[in-house]
Amino acid sequence: MSIAVENIPSKFEVLDQALESQMTLSMGPQHPSTHGVLRLELQLDGELVIKTVPDIGYLHTGMEKLFEYKKYQQGIVITDRMDYLNPLGNNLAYVMAAEKLLDLEIPERAQVIRVMFCELQRIASHMVWLGTHALDIGAMSPFFYAFRQREKILNLIEAASGGRMTPSYFRIGGLMMDLPAGFERRCKQFLEDFPAALDQFETLVTGNTIWQSRTKGIGVITAEEAIDWGLTGPCLRGSGVSLDLRRDNPYSGYETYDFEVPVEPDGDVWARFRVRMRELYESYKIVRQALERLKPGPIKADAPKIVLPDRDDMRKHMDSLIHHFLIVAEGFNVPEGEVYHAIEASKGELGVYMKSNGGPKPDRVHFRGPSFVNLAALPVMSEGEMVADVVAIIGSLDIVLGEIDR
Amino acid sequence: MNTGKLHEFVEKLKAENAVWVADVKDARGEVTVTVPRESIAQVCRVLKTEYAFDMLADVCGADRGPEEEPRFEVNYHLFSTVHHSRLRLKVLLSEDEPNVPTVVTIWKAADWHERETYDMFGVIFDGHPDLRRILLPSDFDGHALRKDYPLRGYEPYSLT
Repeated sequence: MSIAVENIPSKFEVLDQALESQMTLSMGPQHPSTHGVLRLELQLDGELVIKTVPDIGYLHTGMEKLFEYKKYQQGIVITDRMDYLNPLGNNLAYVMAAEKLLDLEIPERAQVIRVMFCELQRIASHMVWLGTHALDIGAMSPFFYAFRQREKILNLIEAASGGRMTPSYFRIGGLMMDLPAGFERRCKQFLEDFPAALDQFETLVTGNTIWQSRTKGIGVITAEEAIDWGLTGPCLRGSGVSLDLRRDNPYSGYETYDFEVPVEPDGDVWARFRVRMRELYESYKIVRQALERLKPGPIKADAPKIVLPDRDDMRKHMDSLIHHFLIVAEGFNVPEGEVYHAIEASKGELGVYMKSNGGPKPDRVHFRGPSFVNLAALPVMSEGEMVADVVAIIGSLDIVLGEIDR
Repeated sequence: MNTGKLHEFVEKLKAENAVWVADVKDARGEVTVTVPRESIAQVCRVLKTEYAFDMLADVCGADRGPEEEPRFEVNYHLFSTVHHSRLRLKVLLSEDEPNVPTVVTIWKAADWHERETYDMFGVIFDGHPDLRRILLPSDFDGHALRKDYPLRGYEPYSLT
């Protein structure tokens, strides 16, 4: 077997062709830096990105269809699996939309616990972001330190709800159950150690010159563009727009907590990084305030036909037993109407559109995932940058594909 | 939330062009304005430029059921980064002609939302620059979130 030598182009000719012409590179869907199953179709000229076309849907599981076939309280379990780094935030958005339709009033203690867990979850979510973002850019050690902190929070969530990644702790009308004995002590222990851990991250990552040169001036999006593309959360605040739904459309009593909304004007990867790092401290502040406010009291709304009774009540009261049976077997009817409720999740505005036709199952549930909207703006940020920087930009958007594809 | 200001906006909209506002609903602190589909793009542009609704938070479709007329709704959730209020615009569409003008030219955020609505309900956004399926594969048959589409699809499920 012989090969005609003249038909094989020389090594140098191939290189020249590649430099002159454009090529299309399919990045993903199994690329580790795409944070899940995201595929990017990159049109490259050398290492320069000319065009980015995100291709999503690999993780689509038809959640919005599934909601229509499940009773309201069964839907909470599905929300855990959307943004799996921020399950309690998803629970809260869904539960609050249903509560808005039902016009329920949530007792003070339940509100405080909700706020506390949402902020703990935000810290845990940001820890994963920090670890993986640093790992993408090439710093391996922050990953281990970040996941150690996250582990402590997951342990707290597990202590309260029994689940680490899928807590389903918030229920329509309140909470699944009260905090376990000794929770406050464990939470305080975490809070005592956390500021030192934050300082550690600042010295590990923030002060690093390589980190700074890889992030500063990369993936810039201006404030006008960011609003036009509907960016929310840290991505929007990194472009100098001071918008935080916890402050501007307060829910669950956030207006009574003392916290600041960090804003950075530059709109690059570094600015989004700084916003999240500063947010960590604000979340820590809110958790501390919430812990101080914890007073004994009811954790479920006074609505026996909607909220499951305590086990103890069921043993003593006939009507509690009947209500329990009816809620589990038939669910509860929700008045006709439609609501849109938005909360500030760890990645931005998490909105729930819920429509009821009066029955025990929703007519339509739609989730406006912040990752979905933020990813849509990736082409604006990445076109004109280098391929290696696309990885940094994806990391700075902090996307979770479970929420994008739903 | 105080909806007084929103009603003021709606009244001004009505004064500008009476055709724009077909119906106004105020329930649970949220204002819903039903807009005829021909004028949705115009109404959105006016709301964005004159009333500071500079952000399109969400677009989502809904199916009222195969026997309803009009069958589909498209909900636009507008948000203002200036006065932090929300407004819902609703367009009703019939099954025979599920077409509505796109708002991509007004907010770029509408791009993916409209693609998702097209993918799930088969609502056609006229003038959209790239109306492809987004979550489901391009060769998917039917529109999954329509009420007459079965939960498990038409074909038996197989991983191969």
